[in-house]
Amino acid sequence: MTRYTSATPADRAEMLATIGDGSTAELFEQVPAALRLSDPLELPEGMSEAEVFERLAALAERNADAEEQVCFVGAGMYDHYVPAIVDAITQRSEFLTPYTPYQPEISQGGLQVMFEFQTAMSELTGLPVSNAGLYEGPSSVASAGYLAMAATKRRRFVVSRGLHPHSRETLETYSVGYGAEVVEVGLRDGETDAGELAAAVDGETAAVFLQSPNFLGAVERVEALGAAAKEHGALLVVATDPMTLGVLKPPGEQGADIALGEGQPLGNRLDFGGPSFGFFCATEEQIRRMPGRIAGETEDVDGRRGFVLALQTREQHIRREKATHNICTAQALNALAAMVHLAWLGREGYRELGELLVRRTAYARGRLAAVPGVELLHEAPVAREFALRLDAPVERVLERCAERGIAAGYPLGREYPEFENGLLVAITERRTRAQIDDLAEALGAAIQAANGEFVPDSETKSPVAGEVG
Amino acid sequence: MAMTETPMQRERARTIYEKSKPGRRAAVLPAAEVPEPPLEELIPAELLRAESPRLPEVAEPEIVRHYNRLSRRNFDLDSGFYPLGSCTMKHNPRLNERVAALPGHARLHPAQEPKRAQGALELMWLLQESLAEICGLPHVSLQPSAGSHGELAGLLLTRAFHADRGEERTKVLAPDTSHGTNPASVTMAGYEVVKVATNESGGVEMDDLRAKVDGDVACLMLTNPNTLGLFDENIAEIAALIHGVGGTLYYDGANLNAVMGHSRPGDMGFDIVHVNLHKSFSQPHGGGGPGAGPIAVSERIEPYLPRPQVVRREGTNGHGPTFDLDLDRPKSIGRLRGFQGNFGVFVRSYAYILSLGADGLAEASETAVLNANYLKARLAEGRAGKRLPVAFDRHCMHEFVLSGKPMKKELGLATLDLAKRLLDFGFHPPTVYFPLLVEEALMIEPTETETKESLDAFADAIERILAEAEQDPEIAKSAPYTTPVRRLDEVKATRKPVARQSMPVMGDGGPGSAGRASR
Repeated sequence: MTRYTSATPADRAEMLATIGDGSTAELFEQVPAALRLSDPLELPEGMSEAEVFERLAALAERNADAEEQVCFVGAGMYDHYVPAIVDAITQRSEFLTPYTPYQPEISQGGLQVMFEFQTAMSELTGLPVSNAGLYEGPSSVASAGYLAMAATKRRRFVVSRGLHPHSRETLETYSVGYGAEVVEVGLRDGETDAGELAAAVDGETAAVFLQSPNFLGAVERVEALGAAAKEHGALLVVATDPMTLGVLKPPGEQGADIALGEGQPLGNRLDFGGPSFGFFCATEEQIRRMPGRIAGETEDVDGRRGFVLALQTREQHIRREKATHNICTAQALNALAAMVHLAWLGREGYRELGELLVRRTAYARGRLAAVPGVELLHEAPVAREFALRLDAPVERVLERCAERGIAAGYPLGREYPEFENGLLVAITERRTRAQIDDLAEALGAAIQAANGEFVPDSETKSPVAGEVG
Repeated sequence: MAMTETPMQRERARTIYEKSKPGRRAAVLPAAEVPEPPLEELIPAELLRAESPRLPEVAEPEIVRHYNRLSRRNFDLDSGFYPLGSCTMKHNPRLNERVAALPGHARLHPAQEPKRAQGALELMWLLQESLAEICGLPHVSLQPSAGSHGELAGLLLTRAFHADRGEERTKVLAPDTSHGTNPASVTMAGYEVVKVATNESGGVEMDDLRAKVDGDVACLMLTNPNTLGLFDENIAEIAALIHGVGGTLYYDGANLNAVMGHSRPGDMGFDIVHVNLHKSFSQPHGGGGPGAGPIAVSERIEPYLPRPQVVRREGTNGHGPTFDLDLDRPKSIGRLRGFQGNFGVFVRSYAYILSLGADGLAEASETAVLNANYLKARLAEGRAGKRLPVAFDRHCMHEFVLSGKPMKKELGLATLDLAKRLLDFGFHPPTVYFPLLVEEALMIEPTETETKESLDAFADAIERILAEAEQDPEIAKSAPYTTPVRRLDEVKATRKPVARQSMPVMGDGGPGSAGRASR
């Protein structure tokens, strides 16, 4: 008997007697003998709860998290403050431990949360229909591609280079499966090149994919860029940052057919990348092609108000190979966290937070651009993240800042070779003016040091880990 | 009549938007600390939002009450038996929540450089190794976010595997008993589904399979034990047939909880396996996510695994091993999502594997199979045995399927009615109307974490409901009675979907207050 099972030897004997067998081994005889393991798995023996805790705490110790370092890294996931009520509510058994609400009579709590969440995301994006959530950001982009193909019967996507590199790569991965072609349009001064985009879109284009603010932080002129999509009957898909929509014009007011994105900034932990959720909103026209769950309002036999999973006929468990998507996960608990966070912020707080981000970001951008050896990579308007060009090897600068307890940003060079020493800096409400000033000082010193000193060859190779933390 | 100890919250539903009043708020934000110019000086006015989104305006005490009340309108695993077939509703250890919440995990940025995330990468590597051992396959990618994502990954891997050999195949075989995600994933991956029939003992119909296997078959997707809870004894022959024509064999790991430490998909001949960490490895289901669907693969599939891949590098100069994210994988199918996967789920599942160990995992599966067979035996007695016969009368693995056909014919009670009546007895009903080939199906998976007493109580409840229906079938046909709402009009919700609160909010949530979205 392990700690999560209850069958005593006496229970087992009684149960086997009812079954009519002598041992549990007989139950496994339906597995051909050649396929039955004769030896135990090569895994350690089970451990006590205290030992497991210590093992995992020791592993956690070896990570430099956002409590240990001041985190200016964004690139899609951000170190926001998550209010205490989010933890209190999401850890309730009634939200933590149920399955998907297939029995609506005993799932009204979860279903109503979905309905409230859909309403909130619809308000944020300015589009009338939202689903209850998808896995996360980039795969939601790929799901929009699948929808666009079904809606337009076309197989070509035009994608801005300002779309998150992970989103572009995920879209490419999926496209190999469902048979679509991905065409990329470059950036000019930080923004999607409007001329190149207009030239790339044609009558075969299923969708145009933009991101605003884009990966370099620039607020894109979505409406103007989207005109090419409208002209050729392609869908306009806009990825966005849900923490910026209190101040930025929402995609739905700029002609987007689909607005989607990574939901992590709303109430979700960094968690080294997941779990979080993807949000997915669209025009009424697309509701029957939407991926994922959608909660809908209805009534019961007594006329009482209630909620159910609506439009299930789109879904895999009913439609099988004709389903609009294979997804069954709504990331319900993550969407709940987002909903509680948004309720906590409220209408005013949500806008104020957006304004705070814009102003602190403007301050940080100005402050850092004044540091010798730092210049702005682009001068387009930004909301909460901006890109710099350093006059020194960025990896070395980051290392020096890290030694001072600052995660200074996200290096752009790997995914944007054209910005070899580019650095993306993100701001949240947790990053104080004092921390921004520290960053400016650290960056300046690091650039000076990186340029001024001789670095032996061995130090530029991949550094030895295991000595950290 | 209700056997739940705390009655569910039954007041009329009101949304948080309907509790909103202008001027109320919960959040107090930090001061700006920086100059506060008008926003138009920072961002062009035409890119700014004119009107704030209509989020609720509610103070913190009422937000807490609102969601606490909503929580009491949910049934959950911590409150009672949840024998939902194929979903493996086993206990969710709270230790796992505690370790996942450690700041070193919860506040670790996904773009943290590997050298400063060694603990996280080592944990991922250890989980990969553990899953590889459990599945009997040498390589693992943790990236897929759910079982269906793993399926899509497996099919894209199959496509890449064949493309690398200059082949393009068009068909994927799947039994008619398969999970709905299988055919849906096949379509998304650009293949055509070909259904394979089921034989009289619940396995793959071999003659039908032989007739359909040819050089155009890319893959066979199988769940073993299958959705009837039965182990397919012909698996070796099936594998030989598929491998004989150069196809891959995909294992839907939804039912892995039956065989951990007893039998391994890799040893059965499977090339690709997805593992539902939210089923066999105790990640809470969260009311519909999050989960994770890592895949384990054979040597020949490894070159195509998604990027990035967690790797272990031997240490040099007396240093220990290091862990890294390998992006340099030229034959990779690419990314399936952002960053590295659902790390928080990995922490919980690895904690679970450490807790149970080799012996505990094997014992978990053994007890799951014992519990299922015991409940099946209990339900073969009395009225259930007559009205709800088991679909395939042999030993099952971790779950089994009953048919409500006699019940419907003799008592006029549909499987749905029985399911709804079970709600009044404080039980979550089994999976109903699946698999499709069993008429009026009830698919029951008790899992290893249930006591004999709860299995007995469930069997007794079924017996009582059938006895009651012999006297008056209308009771079950109109059930449930004790739940926050009763049978809901799902047709209406689909024909004319109301998928969001209408704004502005009118009244206090009467039927007219939530009209169709119109913007």
